[in-house]
Amino acid sequence: MEPLMAITIGILFAAAIYMMLRRSIVKLVIGLMLLSNAANLLIFVTAGMVRGAPPLVPQGLTAPEGAVADPLPQALVLTAIVIAFGVLSFAVVLVRRAWEIVRADDLDKMKDTDT
Amino acid sequence: MNPQIALPILIPLLAGSVSLVFWRSRSMQRFFAVAGTAGLLLTSLWLLTTVSRDGILVMHMGGWPAPFGISLVADLLGAIMVVLTGIIGFAVALFSLATVGRGHEAYGYFPLMHLLLAGVAGAFLTGDIFNLYVWFEVMLVASFALLILGSEKAQMEGAIKYVTLNLVSSVIFLVAVGLLYGMVGTLNMADIARRLATLEDNGMVDVLAMMFMVAFGIKAAAFPLFFWLPASYHTPPVAVSALFAGLLTKVGVYALFRVFTLIFHQSPGYTHEILLWGAGFTMLSGVLGAAAQFEFRRILSFHIVSQIGYMILGLALFTPLAIIGGVFYIMHHIIVKTNLFLVSGIIHRLRGTYQLKSLGGFYRSHPWLAVLFLIPALSLAGMPPLSGFFAKFIVIRAGIEAEAYGITFIALLVGLLTLYSMIKIWAEVFWKSTPPEGDVDPYPELNPREMWLMSAPVVGLALCTLFIGLNAEPIYALAEASAGQLLAPERYIEAVLGEAGEVMP
Repeated sequence: MEPLMAITIGILFAAAIYMMLRRSIVKLVIGLMLLSNAANLLIFVTAGMVRGAPPLVPQGLTAPEGAVADPLPQALVLTAIVIAFGVLSFAVVLVRRAWEIVRADDLDKMKDTDT
Repeated sequence: MNPQIALPILIPLLAGSVSLVFWRSRSMQRFFAVAGTAGLLLTSLWLLTTVSRDGILVMHMGGWPAPFGISLVADLLGAIMVVLTGIIGFAVALFSLATVGRGHEAYGYFPLMHLLLAGVAGAFLTGDIFNLYVWFEVMLVASFALLILGSEKAQMEGAIKYVTLNLVSSVIFLVAVGLLYGMVGTLNMADIARRLATLEDNGMVDVLAMMFMVAFGIKAAAFPLFFWLPASYHTPPVAVSALFAGLLTKVGVYALFRVFTLIFHQSPGYTHEILLWGAGFTMLSGVLGAAAQFEFRRILSFHIVSQIGYMILGLALFTPLAIIGGVFYIMHHIIVKTNLFLVSGIIHRLRGTYQLKSLGGFYRSHPWLAVLFLIPALSLAGMPPLSGFFAKFIVIRAGIEAEAYGITFIALLVGLLTLYSMIKIWAEVFWKSTPPEGDVDPYPELNPREMWLMSAPVVGLALCTLFIGLNAEPIYALAEASAGQLLAPERYIEAVLGEAGEVMP
């Protein structure tokens, strides 16, 4: 399972970078979304994928028996998803406002602050 | 229990939420802006005195012992940074009272400012690498919103670059944290440092070190990753610019210091060599960029970049004296740079422009303002006896002692070019006579109360600069003690994980 996930994550990163290198600001936002999804998936996979072994401690013991799934990356990925959601919704609104004000879907027309 | 570790984070959060409750009351929001930042300054001073007396303070959130829970750790560097956050927060809050318009206040300027300060203080005090990411995001979201308050065209264009590059940096940081967790199975920075030291394979560790360097390098605006900064910092209201200039990039520098002294010091020949080259190019490209500019805040923005180079140079040389110089430089730079932005704000308030070409004659009309500009400007360039002289002196001396003559030459050259930029501003804004169009449309006169609110923070920060310069010995001792802690990571690890550093399953 892990090699497949690794390839998926790689494709997501590649697609994200491709989209971000385009001049359109809408594609830029799509690229950012793919980028954060790729990162979230990567965190999810980092601790290895264990199937059907919830990290539950049986009664009377202090540690679970045998190999169990690591719950921490799942907690991390939840936090990361929430943060990414908030930030990306801001980015979407920003792009819309920028389009309303600048009236261009082209990063090459947004060079007023660079000179 | 040491409440003072958590208070610098809790007070801005609390002040921010209370200001949200008083959404419609302008006067209450303004009151809490000053009260909250004053509280932050006082508790941060309390924290610094406790830390310098008792050594590294640790607080385990929720009573979960490290490395399982999230720990807040205040060592000297963290405490110094929080004090600087308090000083800048307080100064900018006062300045904002006079300069931030009603429109901005109605859209939540003050709650966002508190949130930004909470994020900055949290990043300085956390001992957990994922928690550091979360504080970075808190700070970033607040800064995004502050940056576009007012929705002018330039702000939108600047914000797109700022938001994109900072999001990319966050993603790189997040990926690096995920890979690090996959390698060592822990997020507590002290525990990571301990476990990485036992690893045989350094190749993957170097890869992670580079990912952290890129992520924090973007935040710190280091070469070649700084382009978002001069594109965006001159667009928002000047109080926001001053707050960003003082604090945001320095959080990136702090994270570099923390990560490359505590966690990634396994192959300094590789990572710190790259940092050294980065520092040299950062200094040069920043100062050359500034030389080409004729807009007040853009010149200052490029100088942020070049000054970041000196701080990274201190880290890259990695000798005790160089680290002292780096810490000293951060202290000096935060105060001076914020002060320069505030002066530019006063000038903008008086004449309504930041273009050097259409300014002039301030030495005749406002001689006190000329003095207030000259103190931070000469300090930035490194004139004795101001704070910048000692900061540059320590870094350059460390460079000579480490026999890195090339980079020392660059540091001296950049000091000279900084002086050129400051003299350019001096000659254009203060010395030359007022250009004809400046007389035609005199900007509305200031009332005395506004003037007082704008000048008080500038005078206060100028006094801080003079204090650091004329009273350098205790400040140097403080920087020396914090560098001692940074170069002995085992003290940090022991403080967080306990004496034995017991091995966890």
